Amino acid sequence: MSNKIIELKNVNKWFGEFQVLKDISLSVNQKEKIVICGPSGSGKSTLIRCVNRLEEHQEGSIIVDGNELSDDTKNIEKIRAEVGMVFQQFNLFPHLSILDNCSLAPIWVKKLPKKQAEELAMQNLKRVQIDDQALKFPGQLSGGQQQRAAIARALCMEPKIMLFDEPTSALDPEMIKEVLDVMVDLAKGGMTMMVVTHEMGFAKEVADNMIFMDEGRIVEKAKTKEFFDNPKSDRTKLFLSQIL
Amino acid sequence: MKQIEKIIKPKNLNQNTLIFFGLALTLLSFLDVALLSVFDLDLLDLKGSISIFLPLIIGFIGLFYIRFDHTNYAFINKINKSINNDWFNSILTILVILGILKFTPILLNWFFFEATFVGEAKEDCTGNGACWVFINVWLERFIYGLYPNEEIWRLNTAFLLLIFTIISAFFVNQKIKKYIILFLLFVFPFIAIELISGDMAGLEPVASDEWGGLALTLIVSIFAIIFCFPLGVLLAMGRRSELPVIKYFSIGFIELWRGVPLITVLFMASNMFPIFLPEDVIMEKLLRCVIGIILFEAAYMAEVVRGGLQSLPKGQYEAAKSLGMGYWKMHVFIILPQALKLVIPGIANTFIALFKDTPLIFIVGLLEFLGMIELAKTNPKWLGLATEGYIFAAIVYFIFCFSMSRYSQKLEKRLSTER
Repeated sequence: MSNKIIELKNVNKWFGEFQVLKDISLSVNQKEKIVICGPSGSGKSTLIRCVNRLEEHQEGSIIVDGNELSDDTKNIEKIRAEVGMVFQQFNLFPHLSILDNCSLAPIWVKKLPKKQAEELAMQNLKRVQIDDQALKFPGQLSGGQQQRAAIARALCMEPKIMLFDEPTSALDPEMIKEVLDVMVDLAKGGMTMMVVTHEMGFAKEVADNMIFMDEGRIVEKAKTKEFFDNPKSDRTKLFLSQIL
Repeated sequence: MKQIEKIIKPKNLNQNTLIFFGLALTLLSFLDVALLSVFDLDLLDLKGSISIFLPLIIGFIGLFYIRFDHTNYAFINKINKSINNDWFNSILTILVILGILKFTPILLNWFFFEATFVGEAKEDCTGNGACWVFINVWLERFIYGLYPNEEIWRLNTAFLLLIFTIISAFFVNQKIKKYIILFLLFVFPFIAIELISGDMAGLEPVASDEWGGLALTLIVSIFAIIFCFPLGVLLAMGRRSELPVIKYFSIGFIELWRGVPLITVLFMASNMFPIFLPEDVIMEKLLRCVIGIILFEAAYMAEVVRGGLQSLPKGQYEAAKSLGMGYWKMHVFIILPQALKLVIPGIANTFIALFKDTPLIFIVGLLEFLGMIELAKTNPKWLGLATEGYIFAAIVYFIFCFSMSRYSQKLEKRLSTER
């Protein structure tokens, strides 16, 4: 049990009148990789955004690495520093070089000395294979390079968990692979990952468990092989038949 | 129209001949006006109203003859394309060129050729042109106001120090430059004020009523700019805050100060404000005015900055938060650098407006640059020289405002990270 790093219990969330998350319960073990899929508007992005409290849930509890998410800002900042997030739109800081993008948070949040933070940044940039672009600005990089830089930026905080919110959806088809390769590599390195994606090939390759969401509910949660070979609910079957 | 065109500009005539003829006519019309206005020589020598319209008509016909879809001369093609593409534009062209030819000599005469530059008194100005003697004699007062003569070295020292520090900032590396800028913003103004007011040991105190002229303009605007900017940024952030107290305080503050004319603010600062202060607190009139200007301009600055904050995509906030940054770190490192860069034109606008608003402190009896000119032109010995004074003021204000504008454009370019 001590192995659980993320635990959601009966989480409900509304945007105004509209209920986006309905009674979500879910737990993620250390080093587990979970891929969440589902049609658009099913609440899958909202779900992982709740894990680092970019969205607030209204009912239920979310416990990340032993800390329950609440309105306490210091607590949230501490949790966010341990949970890396990669966005669909990359969200690199356009006014900073790639190196500064990566070293800023380690310097100011983790209080690393500048030199050490930059070494760390270079290591992670090397890991995603764009260390030669370190001094460029985000606007000068291709989409795939930007997304890899964004992954490196998150890794520089040495997070325990990585959240990916449709990391390849805004990319040109030929750039998707370079980003997925980095993510596969990361998964093999033993990172705990929650990934929202439509890349089923990636899911089959790395995911331990699959979650299918529709209309704010978890419709199906299963081991990856079982999920693809033998889905239980009709809704999942329909979705898989359309996407595969 | 087409019919007439065919008759007076036949197709079978050589194009070069027509162009030559047209150019000759156009030049003749220019020459006529130029000679008339420079040497008073009437080339075509016609009396009455026709002499005004004749050059116009000749020029119009001339331009008509050189108008072709295509010629062998690049120069003619360019004229045809940009300022002579139809009869209406050709009339405008002729009017503008003739206007310039007619009025430039008059202006030049007034400014330079018939103006008087040297002398001691108004009586030395004998020409028909401007009496720059007025500016010459009063220049020191315009710059230093009523500051005592024997202490002027202190103002000079302050400004030389300022200029020297600014220039030195261009020749050092980035790291030292940062400190120079911090020194300029947070240390220099206070040293300068100590020096100018004479609170420092061993100096003769000079009360702020004696300050004036361009020096006062600069003192007021530099202080107002330094303080209204951070205050404006804080107000802008406050207005977007999720904490109701801060939010509504900011909204109230901004709307209140934006809703009253500056002149009212200054009047209140000088006359009403002291009533509310405790007896033993005495604030100088100048200080009260500067605070008034700071609060007033901060409200404008806040709205400019808020525009920048709003135009940033939500993703920037989320990315910063997801890295564990708190509110202040997020704003200092991620949000403000981008937002402020976006609104540099608006910030420059506010600073320029602030600089040009400073003459309003005349309402409380402080005589800055324009106030001193105002004072000088009502001096019985120098009556009737308002034009010279105002033109001089316009030139000086323009130099300062234009420099600020250029600097802001440079800064915008330098900070741009897009390719």
